[in-house]
Amino acid sequence: MAANLRVLRRRIKSTKNIAQITKAMEMVAASRISKAQARVEASRPYADEFTHVLQTAARAGASDHPLLTPREEPKRVGIVVVTSDRGLCGGYNANVLRETERLVRRVSDEGKESVLFVIGGKGTAYFRFRNREMAGQFTGFSEVPDYANAAHAADHLTAAFLAGGEDEVSVEWDDDEHADSGADRKTMFRAPKESEGIPGIDEIHVVFTQFRSMLTQSAISLQVAPLDLESDEESSEDEGRSSSADSGEGAEREAEYAFEPEPEVLFDSLLPKYVRARVFAALLDAAASESAARQRAMKAATDNANDLVDNLVRESNQARQAQITQEISEIVGGSDALAQ
Amino acid sequence: MAEMQVDVVGVEKKIWSGEASFVSARTVEGSIGILPGHEPLIAELRESGVVRVDPTDGESFHVAAFGGFLSVTAESVTVLAELAELASEIDVAQAKDDLREAENYIGESDDQEWRIARDRARARLQAAGESVEQ
Repeated sequence: MAANLRVLRRRIKSTKNIAQITKAMEMVAASRISKAQARVEASRPYADEFTHVLQTAARAGASDHPLLTPREEPKRVGIVVVTSDRGLCGGYNANVLRETERLVRRVSDEGKESVLFVIGGKGTAYFRFRNREMAGQFTGFSEVPDYANAAHAADHLTAAFLAGGEDEVSVEWDDDEHADSGADRKTMFRAPKESEGIPGIDEIHVVFTQFRSMLTQSAISLQVAPLDLESDEESSEDEGRSSSADSGEGAEREAEYAFEPEPEVLFDSLLPKYVRARVFAALLDAAASESAARQRAMKAATDNANDLVDNLVRESNQARQAQITQEISEIVGGSDALAQ
Repeated sequence: MAEMQVDVVGVEKKIWSGEASFVSARTVEGSIGILPGHEPLIAELRESGVVRVDPTDGESFHVAAFGGFLSVTAESVTVLAELAELASEIDVAQAKDDLREAENYIGESDDQEWRIARDRARARLQAAGESVEQ
């Protein structure tokens, strides 16, 4: 009996410790969500304005640029997978990877080959374990991505995209490992094999978790390049209509843009920045989603731990009471025996 | 005085937004000054450059903009930059150190990355109002 009580008390203590840790993680994640959300919001003006520039330039007659025209026979498709570096975030990574597998299957059904660029430790571990080849791995910044991280990953994509599916590009991976100053986390970039090129690609897709609201985040895949202006244009036309109501002939004026340099040349410098911006946006969204997923997972873990503690306390009270009862009945029995 | 809506937008956040009467910048093809009512224009800025904005109320100020674009309509100017820093936020001593370091390295080996670092440091110093020899 006494032994049982001791075991129960030990379990209560360790469960409480676990609850404390998960509670702390929950609060850290919660504070990160709002920060990450603010970053998503703050980066929106750039993305909106950039899209506007891109569309205007495209209308002005750079429409045969590789960024805008689907390749005739796409052979290889680049897929960027955005996962987290750490676990303990519920189904977050599983959902992204499931969406990725779906996309890979679709791509191979269409007779194309997929080339994986994986961001985040969990994703790289997943593909490494399955012996799947990765054209690029980027880890160490999933929770607080900055633009340099996105740019680094995106520049490889751009190089591969411009090379096209027939070709291969050699990319300099000279900064394989650079410690992030100011923090102890390490940002790692790893080439597929030593000094070997990455295969060229005809399309770029990004799989990441979209932050819809505090409660809903969903893994989605988006085609980044070639850019489908048709679908984007619809929404911008709506905007154009509403703004033209304010400013008179806004739509007419749009046709008269001057360009410096020529639209064709301008597009060459817009393309890498566009890919960077898209990857960065995906990273920010994913970071917010990751924190939200982690917060939820940790809240559930804390609740479970507290339930467990309640049950264990009840059990241990019972055990203690039983022990006391037994002691009393032993004393009473003993004194009864003496009295006789 | 006529005025136009000016936004200076960095990747991470909007740096400045307000009414202004004049904006000047350097595009890949040359310097450009923009007054309200300018013809619609989309231009690529120098990789590292300085943008000057004269707000309608307040002192004119400089922004160091890296990897940027300029989008102009008759009533608005938007400076899009991958990285943009207000002159008041620039650490002059740090920029001077960076410039010296970069110039040392360029003397030894002609590396693209150090050239970019040098240009960036120069743009920062120019934006902060320091004199820099080209």
